[in-house]
Amino acid sequence: MSASSAAFRPVAAMLGLSIREVSQALRDGRVSATELCRKCINQIQRTRYLNAFITITEETAMEQAQRAHNRLRTGKPLGPLDGIPFSVKDNFCTENIETTCASSMLKGYIPPFNATVVQKLLDQGAVLVGKTNLDEFAMGSGSTDGVFGPVRNPWSYTTLYREQSTEDPDSDWLISGGSSGGSAAAVASLSSFLALGSDTGGSTRNPGSLCGVVALKPTYGLLSRHGLIPLVNSMDVPGIMTRSVHDAATVLRIMQGRDERDSTTIQAPSTPPSLPEHFDIRDIRVGIPKEYHALGLSQDTLDQWSRVATMFEQAGAQVQEVSLPHTQHSIVCYHVLCCCEVASNMARFDGLEYGHRSTVDSSTDAMYATTRHEGFNNVVRRRILSGNYFLLKSNYDRYFVKAQQMRRLITEDFTNVFRSGIDVLLTPTTLSDAVRYSDFIQEDNRTRSAQEDIFTQPVNMAGLPAVTIPTALSCRGLPIGLQLIGQTLQDWKLLTVAHWMEQQLSFPVIHFHGDSDERELDRSVRERTHTIGS
Amino acid sequence: MAASSSGYSRMFCKLRKYVNKSQSLYHTFVIRTIWTSGSKTQLQPKAHTKSLPRMVGVVGLEIHAQIQSTSKLFSGSHVRFLAPPNSLVSHFDASLPGTLPVLNRRCVEAAVLTGLALNCTINRKSLFDRKHYFYADMPAGYQITQQRVPIAVDGILVYSHFEGRRRNQVITRSVRIKQIQLEQDSGKSLHDDERSQTLIDLNRAGVGLMELVMEPEMCCGEEAAAAVRELQLILQALGTCQANMAEGQLRVDANVSVHRPGEPLGVRTEVKNINSVRHLAKAIDYEIQRQMEVLQSGGTVLNETRAFDSKSGNTIPMRDKEGLQDYRFMPEPNLPPLFVYESEASVPAGVDPAQVVVIDRLSAQLPELPSVKRTRLVETHGILQEHSFTLVNEDGLMDYFESVVQMTKIEPRKVIGWVIKELMGNLNSQSLKVSQSPISPCALAELINLVESNHISSSTAKQVFQEMWKAPEKKVGQIVKEQDLWMINDKDELQKICQRVVDSHPEEVQIIRRGNKKVLNKLMGEVQRETKGRTDPVQVRAILEKMVS
Repeated sequence: MSASSAAFRPVAAMLGLSIREVSQALRDGRVSATELCRKCINQIQRTRYLNAFITITEETAMEQAQRAHNRLRTGKPLGPLDGIPFSVKDNFCTENIETTCASSMLKGYIPPFNATVVQKLLDQGAVLVGKTNLDEFAMGSGSTDGVFGPVRNPWSYTTLYREQSTEDPDSDWLISGGSSGGSAAAVASLSSFLALGSDTGGSTRNPGSLCGVVALKPTYGLLSRHGLIPLVNSMDVPGIMTRSVHDAATVLRIMQGRDERDSTTIQAPSTPPSLPEHFDIRDIRVGIPKEYHALGLSQDTLDQWSRVATMFEQAGAQVQEVSLPHTQHSIVCYHVLCCCEVASNMARFDGLEYGHRSTVDSSTDAMYATTRHEGFNNVVRRRILSGNYFLLKSNYDRYFVKAQQMRRLITEDFTNVFRSGIDVLLTPTTLSDAVRYSDFIQEDNRTRSAQEDIFTQPVNMAGLPAVTIPTALSCRGLPIGLQLIGQTLQDWKLLTVAHWMEQQLSFPVIHFHGDSDERELDRSVRERTHTIGS
Repeated sequence: MAASSSGYSRMFCKLRKYVNKSQSLYHTFVIRTIWTSGSKTQLQPKAHTKSLPRMVGVVGLEIHAQIQSTSKLFSGSHVRFLAPPNSLVSHFDASLPGTLPVLNRRCVEAAVLTGLALNCTINRKSLFDRKHYFYADMPAGYQITQQRVPIAVDGILVYSHFEGRRRNQVITRSVRIKQIQLEQDSGKSLHDDERSQTLIDLNRAGVGLMELVMEPEMCCGEEAAAAVRELQLILQALGTCQANMAEGQLRVDANVSVHRPGEPLGVRTEVKNINSVRHLAKAIDYEIQRQMEVLQSGGTVLNETRAFDSKSGNTIPMRDKEGLQDYRFMPEPNLPPLFVYESEASVPAGVDPAQVVVIDRLSAQLPELPSVKRTRLVETHGILQEHSFTLVNEDGLMDYFESVVQMTKIEPRKVIGWVIKELMGNLNSQSLKVSQSPISPCALAELINLVESNHISSSTAKQVFQEMWKAPEKKVGQIVKEQDLWMINDKDELQKICQRVVDSHPEEVQIIRRGNKKVLNKLMGEVQRETKGRTDPVQVRAILEKMVS
């Protein structure tokens, strides 16, 4: 690409590209890292109404971008992420940048260190543009229960959706899914090329699916949790959100591997530099779990599930029904285990060393109690209470031990299916496309989590890798995602299949209603399609 | 907002005083007697019904031994006693959110070494658990410990104590070690009553501890004290714990109950706040006596925690941690199971043997343990068993003794008196350690050799010893010369001196000649006095006997 042709391409068009494409554009000099960063920050500002960001790190981002620019200009980029703007869910620690977990408890808390995964991205020259919104301490499935208010799904503001809606955009809007809703919205609204989420029961895949982005939950232990403020230590995994499977693979490759600061991390299997472009799908056996034909599954989602299953079959893959009999118990077990770990993990928030501290100081105990009452929302407090109840000596065997036993059975279900020769499982990610906020808040957080997590949550119990791929738009014009589940440490194979699937689907890029940049976005879609086809 | 940003870096975290904390500490109790001697028979209350067996005390110990290691159990912070407050605190130690524990191999090795020395079974796989309770000096709100599967189990500690009127009868006993578990130490709270606030120092938070649980198989303070003393020696020999109770490196809590043999164990109390071995014996004996008296007067013993007050020698009820605590144990999810391997060969492929704990490697490192040292001392030097205890108990004394033995030609049994009586007597009176002795083993050996070669008498030698103590810079020979203490070995001179004594004591000579040989001792004493002890008593006696015969 010559320098003269770069002048003809408006920078805004760049925002809709994949990392692979924009990285090439940066190397070619079609856009500078500082221009790209500026554009992303402008886009964040322009879509402020989505409430996707808690903190925008404009100043440090511009400094980082300048350094990336200098490297790129001299032809010495650090790697495929050099100069790429990204955002991070606000439950990952970022050095000298406020990290709140969307809780009053940590408002104003400035960590003195970076989470390992964040550090690895920064070390590659990626540019951190902001910290994204979530449910308080990642407890939720809508990104509606944080102290900074709910995240709005960018697809609420597309031409397609707005033209159908008879109501005001301020009352009729959709949830982003959660708990990593801000990260999903950031990628979907073209504010970032990459966002980190966390996934404990589906918190990366659920919003990824509802916002129409690729969302990967890697194998447990493949990515360091050091610096991720925990929800359930034994299930938490940093999640990767991008606009293409190829990008997710690139980022996984950079972030994976053993971290001496997280003893549960494992050595990553050796991975080739990129996903194979040509791959014979006929070697692959796809399992369709019959138990995932759940109550409440929308017709649109079911249709897409069938369509993609057929697509695999027609391409020559073996598609067969499989059974995961214990899946039905997953949610209740998750509830017990999650509450227990929450009760334990939250014990450190006592107002002494950091975070919110109540002004009540009649006694240490009174200070603890009011600090924790003021600092945590209802959802967090209820989980702490339940967890402490489950962990009581007299209850431990009946709840915690039973749930652990069931967890093993759920894991064995998956092991058995994979042992029978299945390579990946194809399932829905969520029951339906995104629901309206006004409908979503009719139910309490626990009920909603139980409903929303059924397809994603068993994967966390078993520690398996899973990825959601945007599949199609529903009749309402909203994204529907499907999930592929792989074997432990077979993340690369999973992504290879996901990549194949993505190529067959050609999911569209978002079109904002009345967006002045629409023509440019159009162009970006064409450009993207062109690149994929090439 | 009271504490924005990472406020832990402030030197102190202040909080209001916990109001109930020390209310009960100063209750006064009327105490009948304080037992200072630990003999179990002495503990019997005077009144008891003859039909029932006598009540006896039952003592179990829970010991927290701070692992001697340069860094903490789960973080890289240094471990140092008396460092400035909050100067040794990592992000993990302050429980900053998102930090994770990373196990320190040195601490595991220390626990395995200790387990091996105490004849424990080392669990090839052990687990970590969280024990929850809110306390200001425990920042995470839980302690990481090993409740379900500890690193070592089923050990035994053999210890000895002395009985008999002269306390020279060695009684050897043993107590079973239920388990050794690895766990985190807490920080320290300093309560400022005047300003009604608590200051918190997290330097100690997260330091590695070995908790040793001893079965309730001891019966009195003296046994418990002897067991702890032996444990101290073992830990110090291993280098796994400095085991200084006053500095808190070894913290001993005693579980005490009383019952009649054959009956189920009585309700136990836990006695804390004991900071020396001597106090341990006192506290236990006091508590046994107290419980017996409670029962004798028709009362019941409460299951409670009591603190030993070293000033009064009493135990007094401590604040109860809000009644019965439910610690809500759960597995620590951030630490995989801890594996320990039998030998290098059993380390699985793909694991670097240098990075894991291998039992064979540690067994090979085990030093000579105190019991083995004592046996060796008795066998090689022919000394009394009780002396072997003294030599091993005192840090450095055994080495001192053995150096002296090596540099002298006399029997080691003769050296022992010098080391235990003269050396230790002087050291103890000035509270000095063996390493601080002004008299080196070499100097003492020189002195002993002068006695042995008849250059000075043994009574003079004691005098010279004291001079050497006062003037360590002077050589032995110099002192002897300056004070004119050389032995009179000249026959003629001795004859003259003896003749003078005989001449000036005609009456005594008469008595001796009449057959009362004992009076010869008086004449000998006179010769000693005259010569300032510079004569050989055997020679003098021979000369005197000849003169008076």
